[in-house]
Amino acid sequence: MQVQSKGNDVTSKILGFVTGGLLAALSLPVWASEGINSRFNMPRGVSTYSASIYDLHMLVFYICVGIGVVVFGAMAYTIYKHRKSRGAEPASFHENTKLEIVWTAIPMAILIIMAIPATAVMIELYDTGGSEMEIEVRGYQWRWQYKYLDEDRNQTLEFFSSMATPREQIENRVVKDPNYLLEVDNPLVIPVNRKIKLLLTANDVIHAWWVPEFGLKRDAIPGILNDVWVEVTEPGIYRGMCAELCGRDHAYMPIVVHALPQDEFDAWYEEQQTAFEERQAMAERTFEEDELMSLGRDVYNRFCASCHMANGQGIPPTFPALDGSPVVRGDRDAHIRLVYEGVPGTAMQAFGGQLNAAELAAVTHFQRHSWSNNVGDITQPVDVLDLMSGQ
Amino acid sequence: MSAVIDAHHDDHDHHGPDKGIGRWLFTTNHKDIGTLYLWFSFAMFLVGGVMALIVRAELFQPGMQFVTPDFFNQMTTMHGLIMVFGAIMPAFVGLANWMIPMMIGASDMALPRMNNLSFWILPFAFAMLLSTLFMEGGAPNFGWTFYAPLSTTYGPDSTTYFIFAVHLMGASSIMGAINIIATVLNMRAPGMTLMKMPLFVWTWLITAYLLIAVMPVLAGLVTMMLFDIHFGTSFFNAAGGGDPVMFQHIFWFFGHPEVYIMILPAFGIISHIIPTFARKPLFGYDSMVYAIASIAFLSFIVWAHHMFTVGMPLAGVLFFMYATMLIAVPTGVKVFNWVATMWRGSMTFETPMLFAIAFVVLFTIGGFSGVMLAIAPADIQYHDTYFVVAHFHYVLVPGALFSLFAAAYYWLPKWCGRMYDETLGKIHFWMSFIGVNIAFFPQHFVGLAGMPRRIPDYPLQFADLNMISTVGAFVFGLSQLVFLFVVIKAIRSGEPASDRVWEGAHGLEWTVPSPAPYHTFTHPPKVPESEMHT
Amino acid sequence: MSQDTELQRKKTSWLVAKLGALVVAMFAFGWAMIPLYDLICEVTGLGGRTGDQYTYDPAQMQPDTSRLVRVSFLANTNAGMTWEFKADRNSVRVHPGEVREVNFIVRNTSDRPMVGQAIPSLIPGNAVNFFHKTECFCFEYQLLEPGESMEMPLRFVVDPDLPPNVDAVTLSYALFDITDMALR
Repeated sequence: MQVQSKGNDVTSKILGFVTGGLLAALSLPVWASEGINSRFNMPRGVSTYSASIYDLHMLVFYICVGIGVVVFGAMAYTIYKHRKSRGAEPASFHENTKLEIVWTAIPMAILIIMAIPATAVMIELYDTGGSEMEIEVRGYQWRWQYKYLDEDRNQTLEFFSSMATPREQIENRVVKDPNYLLEVDNPLVIPVNRKIKLLLTANDVIHAWWVPEFGLKRDAIPGILNDVWVEVTEPGIYRGMCAELCGRDHAYMPIVVHALPQDEFDAWYEEQQTAFEERQAMAERTFEEDELMSLGRDVYNRFCASCHMANGQGIPPTFPALDGSPVVRGDRDAHIRLVYEGVPGTAMQAFGGQLNAAELAAVTHFQRHSWSNNVGDITQPVDVLDLMSGQ
Repeated sequence: MSAVIDAHHDDHDHHGPDKGIGRWLFTTNHKDIGTLYLWFSFAMFLVGGVMALIVRAELFQPGMQFVTPDFFNQMTTMHGLIMVFGAIMPAFVGLANWMIPMMIGASDMALPRMNNLSFWILPFAFAMLLSTLFMEGGAPNFGWTFYAPLSTTYGPDSTTYFIFAVHLMGASSIMGAINIIATVLNMRAPGMTLMKMPLFVWTWLITAYLLIAVMPVLAGLVTMMLFDIHFGTSFFNAAGGGDPVMFQHIFWFFGHPEVYIMILPAFGIISHIIPTFARKPLFGYDSMVYAIASIAFLSFIVWAHHMFTVGMPLAGVLFFMYATMLIAVPTGVKVFNWVATMWRGSMTFETPMLFAIAFVVLFTIGGFSGVMLAIAPADIQYHDTYFVVAHFHYVLVPGALFSLFAAAYYWLPKWCGRMYDETLGKIHFWMSFIGVNIAFFPQHFVGLAGMPRRIPDYPLQFADLNMISTVGAFVFGLSQLVFLFVVIKAIRSGEPASDRVWEGAHGLEWTVPSPAPYHTFTHPPKVPESEMHT
Repeated sequence: MSQDTELQRKKTSWLVAKLGALVVAMFAFGWAMIPLYDLICEVTGLGGRTGDQYTYDPAQMQPDTSRLVRVSFLANTNAGMTWEFKADRNSVRVHPGEVREVNFIVRNTSDRPMVGQAIPSLIPGNAVNFFHKTECFCFEYQLLEPGESMEMPLRFVVDPDLPPNVDAVTLSYALFDITDMALR
């Protein structure tokens, strides 16, 4: 019994139609690339090399579309033409050496055409020499740290950059901001038209620093220093996200870069330096209780709330509740030490390297006097300094 | 032909299947084991599919709706592991078990008892893997690529169970591969020389060698992880002088050939189906064999193209870029050969042929994005985005998976002696075809526009395309229930199938009755010229 | 017939033995990738890993006074490590061929004895083979009592054969807490 199904004719027509439709779909990004490009296509970008990457991407894409038109066109034709229902008699040929050599050689040639510009761009990307400024970028679970390493400025500016999108937006309780998940508290600020070398590494697991508009993505790996460079040609605000799975909040460690003209950058840098020194000087000062609470709440929301939750209830068993916690309600020095040093082998990080003495004191005080906790003591920056210097 | 087989009755080795559950537990019959593999892989396909739908449901809109970010990571990880090791690979092994002995005129697999063992390890392996979902701290949540140190120093407690599950899967695959090689090399009927073997057999022979070459490397890798986690070694722990990048090198030394393990047998299947329904011999059999061999060889020297952003030396990046681009040549040859096979044939479009044609078109699209990904400077932008997700789903879903559907429809009448319902089969095809494209085509665009992979929540500009993608995923997922229905209906009440089943089919498997008797070719057949490829 | 089966069984056993050996060999190869990779790293400078201690022979190396290279230092502590760790200088300018010394200061701020280990990494990658340390503390276990501090000297020389497009080199030390590991 031979199986012959009805509707072959219709099927093949649909099939031909679909193949054609796919061809059209394949060329979608072509239209997209001309106008509003960044929603459907790779951005042209604003760094000195991002346009070369984009051009390479489009070149290979067009070549693929060209090959697709030929191959799928041939398929559509044969599906239409060589159907049994149209009375096609099968031929019996099954090899053709010449043809096979041709369709081995032509792809080979096309590949060489693609490889030449690709090699040139790659060599450019790897040339970090002659950079005028160095910034260390460190990945943490789940935030970035930036350290300006410019020699003359003597390494005086460093800060953390955490996502600023509020939890209420993530939990769909309020309307989402246009820059949902792409907003940070402290953006990286760089001058335009200067070759900047980024030194990437990580504190814990592998992260990847990516700004699509720069054409720059590189892994930040614990224990290994990676170097890349970028020269941005247009002032603006550029956004990206961590690109390497780094655990629970991988989606929540965006990158925001402000590229400023040189003079504005210099002004910003000076301002930050002063602010940074002021923050350092806070450690010398004695705080009022409400100052500690407000600074503490701010630090808590940025550094603690993603695990221990804003209401202090945590997500047991991985992230214990702080409300009612014996550690938080117990000995103050042990509490400070735990925040400072973390708990090895758990998700509790050592915040000693991430927060200064004033911030540590404030967040400790805040935890000890929030929710149903009310220990009734006070924690000053000097207490933290004394404890950690062994006095 | 069937008369020939029936004539050789021999009570000693011609008993039928045992009764009851014992038949399946203790069977050494290649057809029984093939059936077990196929049903097992389908069950795993549904489990992994449900996980994919949980992922897609969460991604339907920005914001967190259904699951926590950590559970989302567990879902993406388990989906990947289950689809790769539980669905695609065992399905191909099941087909190999059923078809290879019948295609080469062997009475059974060369090592039938080991065959039983290699199947029955799998349910234990996956029970162990799935049990991690109910453990404190949750299932593995570090992606199916389980990069250190996220999976070692920072992994959940269940990582140890994951490691043992991988060991078991590896042992099963290695045993399966040894069995297939022994069968193909030692059990062929007289006259069935290597260069006359059906292509499915050829692709599996090469795949089996790939498995033997890389599964032990994976076993070594997870063993090193085990040592790092429990015995204080520092293979991948930077703190003790280890190197996290080393992990990626070893993983992808396994991982890239693994990708070809999942696609080479698909090439074989398609090379059977297109000639059958074009009623014309396969074009360029020899070049097909050489192309498979060269793809297999190249798969060992391209692994670091998965690592263009780790900061390799320039020379390394360029080498891996060139080597990767080279793969396009043999792959292109295969596609051209399939089109040339269709050319001036006399085609009909039953369900297996529809899946085969869709395979050629959509796999080629996956190949195009593969070429784009090979271009190292552009890969810096594509890397770890949805563009990559779109790429490998195009080669694995309408690639590997469609070839499995095609194979199931093509050989089902031979397995159970009954035809499937052609109309329902076509409904399954069109739903799958439309669903798969709606699900995965938009992912190219969100990836290019900057959406990283493995995130449970995303910025607003990716919202509309993700919504479309989720709709497609659900259409695709639901259409698999149609498939299940088609298969069950065929088994229970399908029209009886003829021995040849398809007008244009050639090969030894079509010379035995439908359904294939419990024992076939107990005495090596004389292979008629007409059943060989030339 | 039975002879045939016997022969076939033998052939199969032999083949399975060979394939089994291949499995074992590939398992071993997986492990061999570790030393192999280390070797490649050392030869090519992959991963920024600077080589072992270098014996300096002044006669072999003439300082190239026509050229100045900036060598910068990064001293970082990694996850869980609470020690203070810094270099006494952020960067120095050196002539290739001359020996320089920089001190790294480390202090255990915790209330328990701890063991640390510093992991070096150097960029750019093409400079790794031209940066020689004649004295260093990397890959060494350092045990510090609570509050104890220590100076760790690094003496180095930049090879005059440093590629001409390299004008700056950064050496980073990542300090890890390996107390648990050292206890084993």
